[in-house]
Amino acid sequence: MATENTQTLTRQDFVSDQDVRWCPGCGDYAILSQVQKLFPTLGIPKENFLIISGIGCSSRFPYYMDTYGFHSIHGRAPALASGAKIANPDLSVWVATGDGDAMSIGGNHFIHVLRRNIDMNILMFNNRIYGLTKGQYSPTSEVGKITKSTPMGSLDYPFNPPQLALGASGTFIARTIDREQKHMGPILEEAHKHKGTSFVEIYQNCNIFNDGAFSDLTEKETKAETQLVLEQGEPMIFGAEKNKGLILDGSNFKVVKLGSHYNADDILKHDKEDKNLAMLLSEITYNPELPVPIGILYQETKSTYDDMMTNQIEEAKQKNEADLEKLFSGTNSWVVD
Amino acid sequence: MSTVKKNISEVDGATIRFAGDSGDGMQLTGSQFSDNTAIFGNDLATLPDFPAEIRAPKGSLAGVSSFQLQFSNKDIHTPGDDLDVLVAMNPAGLKVHLGELKDNGMLIINTANFTSKNIKLAGYDDNPLDGNSLDGYQVIKVDMTKLVATALEDLGLSSKLKARSTNMFALGLLYWLYGRSLDSSINFIQKKFAKAPDIVEANLKALNSGYYYGETLEVIKTTYRVNKAKFEKGKYRNIMGNNALALGLLTAAQRSGLDLYYGGYPITPASDILHYLAQYKSFGVKTFQAEDEIAGVVSAIGAAFAGNLAITATSGPGVALKSEALGLAVITELPLVLVNVQRGGPSTGLPTKTEQSDLNQAIYGRNGEAPMVVLAAATPSDCFMMAYESCRIALKYMIPVILLSDGYIGNGSEPWKIPDVNTLPEMETRIYKKKEGYAPYNHGNPDLARPWALPGTPGMEHRIGGLEKWEETGHVSYDPENHQRMVELRQNKIDIIARDIAPAKPFGKESGDLLVIGWGGTHGAIRSAVETAQDEGMSVSHLHLRHLNPFPKNLGEILVKFQKVMIAELNLGQLSTIIRSKFLVDAVGLNKIQGKPFTQTEVYNEITKLVKGA
Repeated sequence: MATENTQTLTRQDFVSDQDVRWCPGCGDYAILSQVQKLFPTLGIPKENFLIISGIGCSSRFPYYMDTYGFHSIHGRAPALASGAKIANPDLSVWVATGDGDAMSIGGNHFIHVLRRNIDMNILMFNNRIYGLTKGQYSPTSEVGKITKSTPMGSLDYPFNPPQLALGASGTFIARTIDREQKHMGPILEEAHKHKGTSFVEIYQNCNIFNDGAFSDLTEKETKAETQLVLEQGEPMIFGAEKNKGLILDGSNFKVVKLGSHYNADDILKHDKEDKNLAMLLSEITYNPELPVPIGILYQETKSTYDDMMTNQIEEAKQKNEADLEKLFSGTNSWVVD
Repeated sequence: MSTVKKNISEVDGATIRFAGDSGDGMQLTGSQFSDNTAIFGNDLATLPDFPAEIRAPKGSLAGVSSFQLQFSNKDIHTPGDDLDVLVAMNPAGLKVHLGELKDNGMLIINTANFTSKNIKLAGYDDNPLDGNSLDGYQVIKVDMTKLVATALEDLGLSSKLKARSTNMFALGLLYWLYGRSLDSSINFIQKKFAKAPDIVEANLKALNSGYYYGETLEVIKTTYRVNKAKFEKGKYRNIMGNNALALGLLTAAQRSGLDLYYGGYPITPASDILHYLAQYKSFGVKTFQAEDEIAGVVSAIGAAFAGNLAITATSGPGVALKSEALGLAVITELPLVLVNVQRGGPSTGLPTKTEQSDLNQAIYGRNGEAPMVVLAAATPSDCFMMAYESCRIALKYMIPVILLSDGYIGNGSEPWKIPDVNTLPEMETRIYKKKEGYAPYNHGNPDLARPWALPGTPGMEHRIGGLEKWEETGHVSYDPENHQRMVELRQNKIDIIARDIAPAKPFGKESGDLLVIGWGGTHGAIRSAVETAQDEGMSVSHLHLRHLNPFPKNLGEILVKFQKVMIAELNLGQLSTIIRSKFLVDAVGLNKIQGKPFTQTEVYNEITKLVKGA
């Protein structure tokens, strides 16, 4: 199939002719911008990108990208993406989803696509609220959330998305933040490079219904103390003075000060291939005593469903001749003259 | 013992039923006899009937599994009404099925299972083999289990394994009764158990023992011969509906040059379609066993967008789950075929029993104005052509199609004349690669099909989705007039298909006293009943609808040519309601909802009542 020259692609090639209709100030703009910036750099022909979404604010995403796109129904994007990828494994398949779409109505598809490790990238915009239906709590909202549907506070405990993804055998699990553009770009690129299902949780501010949900993590004054930026092989050090680090105390994290008792060598180093460490990292999301990890929490190399299916079909083609007439006749046919 | 000469009686046909416990191997026995009968050259039709439980309590009434077939030297359409032969492997099988054995019919009983426990489980107070309750039948009592155990004495098998071959004894005895060769079953046993030579030997010995038992003993005095039926020239095989359906889908993919994608979730009685397709990987078939019904259909929609021939199959409860996604397929105008192998409802209903109660669901069961093309297969072998036809329409018109089958024809079998692939209708797709003038929702062709621009095609990037589309561009639109235009367009897309489907043609005269209309798996019973009535001089014709939305365009003209119209269906009158409202005819319904197909007698009696006014 003929392809357009990928060398000449620019960000502008990925901007569609549709007006972007997210609320002014929405965190979604930052994500759109990063994706439009990334795509022309990946060396993939423009026509091979396919973006699929479900329902929700995040799911308007495909309309704003000048690629093939499918705005499907609530929660089902991973299923639709699975079919499209299996049908045409040459496509670079991206799913844009939200915390309600992926964790609630689409929870089943979310865990099963991770389990199968179908090669696609899932960007989950997590604003911890239902935006498009105007402000009900979501499955990632903190307990006690006061919303229109929970005037006395929500009663359900939230999902911790990376932990759910780990439990579902995800092979690439990362987190980034809408306001951290320089962090997001490289994470999205790594997600793309990963063969298998890549899951990126993007903390995203809904300035209408849940404004400031992540302000501790994004405001200049606090973020150095609240973010733990994970770098492969590097010690888990954070703080404005870069003087705090994580060590293991039994099987839990503990924050220690660097100085007289501890130095950088004592601090736990990040290893994205260590599943036990990833479990611990995913666990600390809601713990106010500990910083929130961003970066690649976990990555694992594993055969993808789509590759294995292609291999099975090749194997079958080599073993058995595709002879329709023979198949029709079966083993017990007879002829009437 | 000396070999005794027996009478041989030539008959036109016979209806036989094997009945026993779920674990007795009745389905295998029945399908073996069917294959043998098909190869021999009789026409036949089968009715497997089994419980939803894999192993219902042993010996219980609920656990009875049976397999019925009718075979004949004539063209037949049903598995038969009353039985000439009933093989009852246990008291429960006798209890459930004796009522359908003809007077003086042959009753072959495995006495070994008539223990006091089993007799009680079947709800008998006393052993039915004692006393005179079976006096009106030719009762053949055989301790099959013991005879098989004796025959297998030298084999080092457990008594449990030996007992498992008992069904082969019954099969061998029936082969003898109808003068059949054992070859087809010998081949089958050798292949099926190739890895276990002792099991092969056990089954072959049991099969032979049954045959020789009949030959040697004086118990059965008359054997029967049913001569070959007259078939059109050609190559034939016996085929089950679900198998024929899978082959029809595969053939459509091959003929259209597309890969076949199947996304689905296991459900009775549709799972076999997935099983068959999963065997066709050498043809490039991709089968995806999804996490649920919704993912099954939605993944198929994704595959359709990406350019495969996309299929999903399920039964009624699965269609309910898929409904929202079907609306998405309607609004995105993608080619998709959904197969519903219907079963008894509502809810979980009667999973292994047949019914035709999902017609309303197929035609109306989505939110919004979301019409879909609906077809129905009439017989097991017709499943092939209707699957092919469903794909043809989906691809040519860029539209989702529902194909209705049912448990009766899905699991039933009959001889299938193997088609010459090259004579099947052409497959046309709307794959579009011209960048100039391309618009995703351009409907500027007489078939109102939008272009199918596949991801991977340069310069034709576009977005589609479940929000209302602006005509031509496919952009999201909330414009009131555009919405009305699009709703009407989607209805028109269905309506124009009427000109591309075969006109309705009644079997029998084009006008008369009574027209019997049916659809789906009731074909055989209606056709047999109408043939009988016609032979008796009644003015009755049969119209069997394969296209239910849209209807053949001449349907209205046919209806008015008959004094009375009767619509026979296995529901409370769903097609009747549609036909009455659409054509304003006073159609009478013949309705049955028992999880069982019509017998031809039931249809015949109703015909007689309407024609003769009795």
